[in-house]
Amino acid sequence: MTTPSQTVGPYLMIGLPWPDGPTVVPEGTPGRIRLYGKVIDGEGEAVPDALIETWQADAGGSFENGDFRGFGRAPTNDDGDWEIFTVKPGAIGDGQAPHIDLNVFARGMLNRCVTRIYFADEDNGGDPVLATVPEARRDTLLVHPSDDGYRFNVILQGEGETVFFKL
Amino acid sequence: MTFRDDSESHPPLDYPGYKSTRLRHPKQPLILLPQRLTELTGPVLGEDRLGELDHDLTRQHDGEPQGQRIIVHGHVREDDGRPVRDTLVEIWQANAGGRYRHRWDTWPSPIDPNFTGVGRCITDREGYFRFVTIRPGAYPWGNHANAWRPAHIHFSLLGRAFTQRLVTQMYFPDDPLFFQDPMYNSIADRDKKAAERMICAFDYESTEEQWALAFRWDIVLRGEDATPTEEPHA
Repeated sequence: MTTPSQTVGPYLMIGLPWPDGPTVVPEGTPGRIRLYGKVIDGEGEAVPDALIETWQADAGGSFENGDFRGFGRAPTNDDGDWEIFTVKPGAIGDGQAPHIDLNVFARGMLNRCVTRIYFADEDNGGDPVLATVPEARRDTLLVHPSDDGYRFNVILQGEGETVFFKL
Repeated sequence: MTFRDDSESHPPLDYPGYKSTRLRHPKQPLILLPQRLTELTGPVLGEDRLGELDHDLTRQHDGEPQGQRIIVHGHVREDDGRPVRDTLVEIWQANAGGRYRHRWDTWPSPIDPNFTGVGRCITDREGYFRFVTIRPGAYPWGNHANAWRPAHIHFSLLGRAFTQRLVTQMYFPDDPLFFQDPMYNSIADRDKKAAERMICAFDYESTEEQWALAFRWDIVLRGEDATPTEEPHA
């Protein structure tokens, strides 16, 4: 029997963020992108005590690159905003489109919520996971390129609720 | 290979006894995510992420913190007993008076200038971890009338795969505050034994004479699904 999950609580900020947490790759890395967004609750309010973690393959689709941490961790600020600097993952070669796995933690969440980022500027047509998501909700997982990077809002509940996965 | 489903171990995301879950739980059904390469791998973070005194929360300042010095140690393993070695364990906690060093914690109990309340270590080759810290105090919060959190230490584990990620809390034996704590009862309501897996054990054998009491807490992460059995060798 496994150990139960418990919430990170309101004071996660003293323990979990790392100074280099959002910096999956350093400035100047070719292909570096900014992923950013807001965490929002069921009444549309920003969540200032959340933590986002990302896990992904490198630009070539590999998980065996010792020079690539692949893991990002960013707290939300007082406005519920977070950002992570990384590279776009390559396709890992099993038919899935390029994707990033996300953990969402916050006060008020007794367990993490898991979701995924897909890139609207990639071919997601054959992705077997997206295919299981009701079409009307797929947009919640897609990020679009812009001058500021790729925006991914995490809507915990209600209208436009982000698709979360059971893992 | 995939990891066993352990959702029965975990609390519901919608738990009215813990008020803050109300607006922070998804209402749409979760969609099954098959465990593929992204879910079966995880970050490898080595000793270079650790400072020399990250495992000893009593020695991170010029002076010593107030309170009861304790050793908190244990074993990280998967549910089939396999140790989880070389994995990052992070902890954070309140001080002896139940106060966190955080700008939002303003209840009338003093900050301890010699205690930050944050620790990190990496499990050894056999999956063991060890911290030296101060026994945290209980503290009040606003969830319900006269609400108090039982003393606890927050634990974060990465495991060896994204699927194993776990954030939890370690409680102390015989805490009289469990009965009114929604975090603890989010598990105990359904399964008292499961909730008890969050409680450490007093470990007299590991106390250090004239120095520190000790508590042992083992953490169990999801193990691999049983693979087809091979023919036993004759």
